[in-house]
Amino acid sequence: MSSARRSPDGRWPWLFVLPTFFGVLVFYFWPLLKTVYDSFTDTGPFGGSTWVGAANYSELIADTEVYRAIVNTVVYTAIVLLGIPLAVLFASLLNRPGLRFAMVYRTLFFLPYVAMPTAISLVWRIIYNGEYGILNQSLGVLGIDGPRWISTEWFALVAVALLGLWMSIGFNMIVLSAGLKGIPGELYEAASLDGAGRAQQFRSITVPLLTPSIFFLSVITTIAGFQLFDQLFALLGPENPVMSKTQSLVFLFYSAAFDTNERGYAAAVAVLILAVVGLLTLFQFRLQRRWVTYD
Amino acid sequence: MRIPSAVNAVVVAALVLTAATLTACGGNSDTAGDAKVPDDPAQVTGDITYAIWDVNQQPAMQEIIKAFNQQYPNVKVSISLAVFDQYFTKLKTQGSSDNLPDVFWMNGPNFQLFAANKQLAGLDGLQLDFANYPKALNALYTLDGKQYGVPKDFDTIALWYNKKLFADAKVAEPTADWTWDDYKTAAGKLKAALSPKGIYASSDELGNQGNYYPAILSNGGSILKDGKSGYADPKTAEALQFWSDMVKEGYTPSGAQGAEIRGRDRFFSGKAAMMWNGNWLVSAALKSPVKNDLAILPLPKAPSGERKTVIHGIGNVMSAKTKNPEASAAFLKFLSGKEAALIQAKAGAANPAYTGTQTDFVNSAPYALKTFIDAADQYSEPYPVSKDTAVWNKLELDLLLPAFGGDKPMAEVGQEVATKMDEALGKEK
Repeated sequence: MSSARRSPDGRWPWLFVLPTFFGVLVFYFWPLLKTVYDSFTDTGPFGGSTWVGAANYSELIADTEVYRAIVNTVVYTAIVLLGIPLAVLFASLLNRPGLRFAMVYRTLFFLPYVAMPTAISLVWRIIYNGEYGILNQSLGVLGIDGPRWISTEWFALVAVALLGLWMSIGFNMIVLSAGLKGIPGELYEAASLDGAGRAQQFRSITVPLLTPSIFFLSVITTIAGFQLFDQLFALLGPENPVMSKTQSLVFLFYSAAFDTNERGYAAAVAVLILAVVGLLTLFQFRLQRRWVTYD
Repeated sequence: MRIPSAVNAVVVAALVLTAATLTACGGNSDTAGDAKVPDDPAQVTGDITYAIWDVNQQPAMQEIIKAFNQQYPNVKVSISLAVFDQYFTKLKTQGSSDNLPDVFWMNGPNFQLFAANKQLAGLDGLQLDFANYPKALNALYTLDGKQYGVPKDFDTIALWYNKKLFADAKVAEPTADWTWDDYKTAAGKLKAALSPKGIYASSDELGNQGNYYPAILSNGGSILKDGKSGYADPKTAEALQFWSDMVKEGYTPSGAQGAEIRGRDRFFSGKAAMMWNGNWLVSAALKSPVKNDLAILPLPKAPSGERKTVIHGIGNVMSAKTKNPEASAAFLKFLSGKEAALIQAKAGAANPAYTGTQTDFVNSAPYALKTFIDAADQYSEPYPVSKDTAVWNKLELDLLLPAFGGDKPMAEVGQEVATKMDEALGKEK
């Protein structure tokens, strides 16, 4: 407040910030606190809660479904993270000077990102279909007998992750293209004068100078990966027999909150997600000092 | 995947949490009590919402509203439609913030949860004669001796088959005297003749209501009895084993295959010769390319010669916290009457529950739809529900569905379901 008094504008700035601040308070911090509180209660489907202490958390620790959901979420996130190196490659190819139809490629890569995840998932449901899907038909031409992608354990998870990876490439490329534009052309000129080839330039100039963008992407991809829900739900369908072996943490939260009506337990799962995402992000920020180049 | 624009992990993760808490606010206030229908229709005014989940039935519901408005010109009813997969999620969210629609569709598995949590209004003020509806359905919508839902329609299960595929395979068509053995034997012959064309003998969906509930009850087993799970009963296990064997022999697609292509879709595209399924598929059948080849018969009998089906139906209910109890009560009363039932029947979208109004429904398709009504009258059992049905329905889905066609004997799987189900039932209160 004292800084506001010192400001030449008086208290006016606070007035303009207030609506947003109020929004953040009501829609972020209040729910956050309420969720933490709820995780210590037994809350029914229509409210009405009783304090149960840490019971939800001991149930959480004893629940084998939770561990499986963590493994699934981590595997999913790991596969989607592979989209970043791919995007680095595609972005640098697309940014080569003199490339024809660059806008067309960029649009094509970006389309999956702007399309509705559920709609895309429904299309991929048809592509992945074990009997009639185009994926297995194509594999059949190569003499490979494809699995039932969306109804076989592990394959279903890989199918969801490949979809997630495919959808993430477009956004990754936009961020990386911006990063590429920020690399001064003189560096490449100097390098080629010194006799460095294309591959050498990519390794020694492009990648190191892109590390801030790569870092940014890996942080938000990890966070988004831990929020996996919509394409899992739409691709596999809630009545899929492998769902219980493929579910993510958020799906577990959803099913506790809305299928089995254990709101308190669901809140505990949500707190767990928050804690895991928080820790992973902290870890990533710690680690960045070792590999991210800020010039 | 939706990539958030902010890097701040805490704030982003809070998004996830918001969903948890938005649904958790709002408390329980007292019920409005039994609403009464006022004497003078013109005095009833206001806007109310009617929530439903079936888009196929929307035109019929619209017509009912039109008829209602001839009696009550000053009430505006708007329909709120949500697909079934999200319908109850939405209702529970609305219920926790006291914003339930005024009048809405209810089903058996969810009924007790809503009634026990005081979300539904009593019906005494409506002065209905419940003798007009099937007993099993009245029982379905009754909790602790008090009825909260008016049966809107009902569904039972029968044998659907494709006459043309039977003829192609040179297999004799089913009869009303078939037993499970006949079903299996015919499936073997059908498989031999049709599988080279990618056609399955049966496309049973291995669902509870359509497949294993009727089988379990026909075989003398039980699903839920005196508050205990019936899945440990050997008679129940035999019925489950029947379905498991059908899958194992390759007569019926597995649960996993069903997750990719639904059994009904296979059947209605001519890729399967028979299935056990309900009368809710009539409108889909009429739209299918095989509509002229289809026929319906009573379900095959268990080895004991017994035949049972579950009966289920949608119930119309009213929110306990409606802001317009008079208009809601008037509308619910109209929905419960003969006129509304006849409109539904004529539309062919659902088989009305009101006794004596089914003729139009039976005539709405060139199949033996009377089979479903005879089933309701002669050999139906109430749909099994408890206070938290969804919890053990999920057990059925997670444990039974993947086990059909597997090597593990269904008696073992059933035992596992029973143990967990009893545990869940013990927690209900």
